[in-house]
Amino acid sequence: MKDGARPTWRLRLYVAGQTPKSIAALANLTRLCEGHLAGRYHIEVVDLLAQPHLAREDEIVVIPTLVRTQPLPIRTVVGDLSNEERVLVALGVMPRERGE
Amino acid sequence: MTATVRRPTKRGGNGRHPLAKAPTGIPGLDEITNGGLPRGRPTLVCGGAGCGKSLLAMEFLVRGALEYDEPGVFMSFEETTDDLVENARSLGFDLPKLSTRRRLLLDYVHVEPGDLTESGEYDLEGLFIRLGHAIDSIGAKRVVLDTIELLFSALSDEFVLRAELARLFRWLKAKRVTAIVTGERRGDQLTRHGLEEFVSDCVILLDQRVTDQSATRRLRILKYRGSAHGGNEMPFLIDDHGLSVLPITSLGLAHQASTAHVSTGVVGLDGMFGRKGFYRGNSVLVSGTAGTGKSSVAAHFVDAACRRGERALYLAFEESPSQIARNMRSIGIDLEPWMRRDKLRILAQRPTALGLEAHLVAIHRVIADWKPRVVVVDPVTNMIAVGSETEVKAMLARLIDFMKLRQITALFTSLTEGGGAAERTDLGVSSLMDVWMVLGNLEENGERNRTIQIVKARGMAHSNQVREFVITGQGITLVDVSRRADGSVAIGSARGAQQRQQARAGIPEVRRRAK
Repeated sequence: MKDGARPTWRLRLYVAGQTPKSIAALANLTRLCEGHLAGRYHIEVVDLLAQPHLAREDEIVVIPTLVRTQPLPIRTVVGDLSNEERVLVALGVMPRERGE
Repeated sequence: MTATVRRPTKRGGNGRHPLAKAPTGIPGLDEITNGGLPRGRPTLVCGGAGCGKSLLAMEFLVRGALEYDEPGVFMSFEETTDDLVENARSLGFDLPKLSTRRRLLLDYVHVEPGDLTESGEYDLEGLFIRLGHAIDSIGAKRVVLDTIELLFSALSDEFVLRAELARLFRWLKAKRVTAIVTGERRGDQLTRHGLEEFVSDCVILLDQRVTDQSATRRLRILKYRGSAHGGNEMPFLIDDHGLSVLPITSLGLAHQASTAHVSTGVVGLDGMFGRKGFYRGNSVLVSGTAGTGKSSVAAHFVDAACRRGERALYLAFEESPSQIARNMRSIGIDLEPWMRRDKLRILAQRPTALGLEAHLVAIHRVIADWKPRVVVVDPVTNMIAVGSETEVKAMLARLIDFMKLRQITALFTSLTEGGGAAERTDLGVSSLMDVWMVLGNLEENGERNRTIQIVKARGMAHSNQVREFVITGQGITLVDVSRRADGSVAIGSARGAQQRQQARAGIPEVRRRAK
């Protein structure tokens, strides 16, 4: 498979302060992206304690929540992202990596 | 400056209640809960699909915002905000307006099974922040979660969810908001996921049943910690005014007994009650077979009330207002002027047109809004057509209590089937009544004469005589009692003959005094 376009993965991680789960989620996500999407990902961390109105606007219930906003469609993963395989499948990264 | 501050008792709460209450503003519900829901605590409202949980919860918020200056947050897990707005419109509530005025905040929490992937540990902190921000942004005092159980279908970790729900309910209490949490009933469980274990203060169960092809909604307070509550099932209704619970049994027998009198409106009949008539607030039963003059007695009663300047409500289940007016004009009672001046309202409706509850609600509304001093139900027996005997009797008991509390004197006519004993009502309602008069026809010497007797009159000396009455173009007139030498009472033409004979003989008429 060719990847001439090489899309950038835009990922948004919603946390609520520096809780163990939030810290773990960000660490897990960073490691995973470096491993599979190096150079073509962008992580934005949204702390709902600082911006509580975003919980309603962005439809957040569970913490931590990871949202893939690009490429479409939007995908959502909740949890501290400790199960790497599930995250990769949900984000649509895994099959591509396997296919190579 | 701490600790000794006593919370002021809000309206609806009685001073001795250790528990502060938040009135729902829903007619009837505040009566059976002695003032409303536990203030600052969550209440569970559960029931099957379509039983009215969401509407009850929404009305609690809307009335809180409009009538008690308590803004509210409605967090919906099921219906979108558009649906909520639409549904509330059918109850006459303008949610967009309330939202604009920041008295109400609607938040639809979209949780769809399969929408998200789970990987590792999580919690519901997002929900807490979201709800907390909503509460703080409008200064909400009331919160509805409808129904939070849907989270269980979107998230798989039941252990986490239960722990988080327990935390949520503690958090709601700490926030001091009065909350309604709804849950869907399934089988013999109150809620699908056992929400009741988190809500220990107040549990309300709603139910919808179909009997005789008409749906009946019922409400029951299953639990209300620290507060007296009626455990009975109460019918309730949802219409374009919102919910109404018909609870009036809960008012019990606390009404003040009046010593003021109200005329029966029939010349001579007041005399049978020691000259003054009924007590104000009495409930009066007038029973008799067909054509014994029950409606005429009722019309006199209404006419007399209007003459005193009081409002009278006539609930007619057999005849139209114009038919009643025409018939009564024929016996010299002109009701039309009273109707024109809005002293008299005749509400004519066949009971079958509405269900029993709908009837009761309609009656309660008119009474509460228009405040008549006198009410006639003619005939109460027609109610049987729409409900079982026990239902009708329970309904009547509530109606009677409701009117007594407002010192309304009520007269019920009851049709006795021909051939039955005169002292029998088809409803067995006589025990609910303070006064019971039986009208009859006495056939003797080839003529049919009208009689009236007082079977009971609580707290009043009353005549024990069976009196004769006539209905003429001037209405009902009781005729004087005339006794033969053997002590029997002569009525009809026999009375005429007896009186003439006595007059000739110069014997004064013998009267029996009331005992």
